[in-house]
Amino acid sequence: MKKRGQTLFFDKPPRVQGAATVVGPKEGLGPFGLDFDKVHQDVRAGENSFERGERRMFLEAAQLAMQKAGVTDREVDFLLAGDLLNQIISSGFVARELNIPYFGLYGACSTFGETVALGAALVDAGFACTVLGITGSHNCGAERQYRYPTEYGVQRPATAQWTATGAGAVVVGLEGDILVRAATIGKVHDLGIKDPFNMGTAMAPAAADTIYQHFRDTGLELKQVDLIATGDLGMVGREANLALLERQGLDIGDRYLDCGVMLYYSHQQVEAGASGCACSAVVTIAHLFKRLREGDLRRILVVPTGALHSPTSYLQGDSIPCIAQAILFEAAKGGETKWAHI
Amino acid sequence: MGTYLTAFLVGGLICLVGQLLLDLTPLTPAHVLSGMVVAGAVLSGLGLYEPLVQFAGAGATVPISSFGDALVKGAVAEAERSGIIGILTGMFKLTSSGITAAIVFGFFAALVFKPRG
Amino acid sequence: MTRHAELEKKQAEGKIGEYKSIYGPKQPKPPLAKNLFYAFVVGGLICVLGQFIKNIFIGLGFAPEQAGNPTVATVIFLASLATGLGVFDNLARVAGAGTAVPVTGFANAITAAAMEFRREGLVLGVGGKMFSLAGSVIVFGVVSAFIVGLLSAL
Repeated sequence: MKKRGQTLFFDKPPRVQGAATVVGPKEGLGPFGLDFDKVHQDVRAGENSFERGERRMFLEAAQLAMQKAGVTDREVDFLLAGDLLNQIISSGFVARELNIPYFGLYGACSTFGETVALGAALVDAGFACTVLGITGSHNCGAERQYRYPTEYGVQRPATAQWTATGAGAVVVGLEGDILVRAATIGKVHDLGIKDPFNMGTAMAPAAADTIYQHFRDTGLELKQVDLIATGDLGMVGREANLALLERQGLDIGDRYLDCGVMLYYSHQQVEAGASGCACSAVVTIAHLFKRLREGDLRRILVVPTGALHSPTSYLQGDSIPCIAQAILFEAAKGGETKWAHI
Repeated sequence: MGTYLTAFLVGGLICLVGQLLLDLTPLTPAHVLSGMVVAGAVLSGLGLYEPLVQFAGAGATVPISSFGDALVKGAVAEAERSGIIGILTGMFKLTSSGITAAIVFGFFAALVFKPRG
Repeated sequence: MTRHAELEKKQAEGKIGEYKSIYGPKQPKPPLAKNLFYAFVVGGLICVLGQFIKNIFIGLGFAPEQAGNPTVATVIFLASLATGLGVFDNLARVAGAGTAVPVTGFANAITAAAMEFRREGLVLGVGGKMFSLAGSVIVFGVVSAFIVGLLSAL
């Protein structure tokens, strides 16, 4: 294991041993409806509150991921989890159900990147054989905490994004057909955007910087990465990210997708696209991992993005600090990257 | 006391002003509605809201600006009857039905319905 | 402010301005004409409905100046019901200020907050949070009416 700049290079390397997704009804109606492991038709997932519904999805995703990885909770060394609710309660409550030593993480919607990066680091360093990472979000839980009651009649601006409902869990271990090759840990950027209905624009500078740093640190050429997928910049932030990277001399337009743009159909009334911890997690696990396994993609850079504000900081007039983490995944059969030059 | 046509036109125009504020300024709906209530109170104090009610009927009494107008009218009418203390005692005289109805219906709606999300 | 912080601030402001010039032209604009049209039509129709209800109450024997109170209460009831049934927010998505500016918006704000926080209990949830959005309307209405009342009483 080595580090250069902001990037961790894994040589063992850690692998995605199992991964699963559980989502809500709206996500089930989106383009990846058939790829998710479980689609709940009830936004509360059969529970009596949105928050408990979110917890249930977390737990189900975790159990499915462990099942696919062929491990039980007693065999998992660490649990890394994070969510959007105050005091990351969904993660804490799920950790209560699982018999695993627990790290609670908060990276807002970038948490998926944080769990995979730290999980891979723990495995690569030999501190753990298997690490379970869980993250997710709930549209209604996030709405009532960050914005308005769900039945409040407001028009959402065209830059607004729809917090996805769902959970994604990944078991990082030593077996599996998807490798975690490197992780670039982002710095927090804030270019003065204060509008919580325009998080894509707020987060784009963080995403652009992390992507730029990743290519600088790894020395990879753009053509060596089949796809770059940012977490939840949405239609608006996506454009800003492309423009920022172009200024840095990186024209990623032909291999760039944003999970927030992909998760829903345009007729699903989500304005600029999806957001939330669940967004990058479920799109990566259900869709991008599938394409890696099918051989359609060989090496991808997933860049979950997060807006680190709170309702309080917004009301007090502060701008939105943002972060992005970049994880380089590789299909095992695709000819492994050698980090010999590092 | 107002016809359907004048109610439609005046009520629609007040909403249009609200929409302009929502779309062209960074104000939230709560800001816009608070501002409209203050505007209603000021117009009422200047004696301009009552003629609008005469002209447009529900077109002027249904928008939230009429809440400011009604608060002022209640306070001023009571102040004329019983002195300055009337501003305190008369404030909610005319708006009581709206506030009470909203609280009561809101409360029972919370008991009966669950947010659909 | 230290010299260093000052320098950083200037740099940051330059960066912020530069970023604005990058994303600014690409920001989607609200569909103003469409929004204004629906706000005008829906808001106007709600007022027509109000006038219709008022005429019914007058027909039932209310004096014209007394008919306003039951009218407002009825409109509030309808808005609360629509909120409870989960259709108000869908209508408001199209109508914007057309549903927010009439007293329907006030009723929706109260009902939506009360329903949303029912899970947090009747007292601290429903009771405590009911006015979390609509409260500002009452506060600013009362304060401004107090000042206006005082001025006209003097």
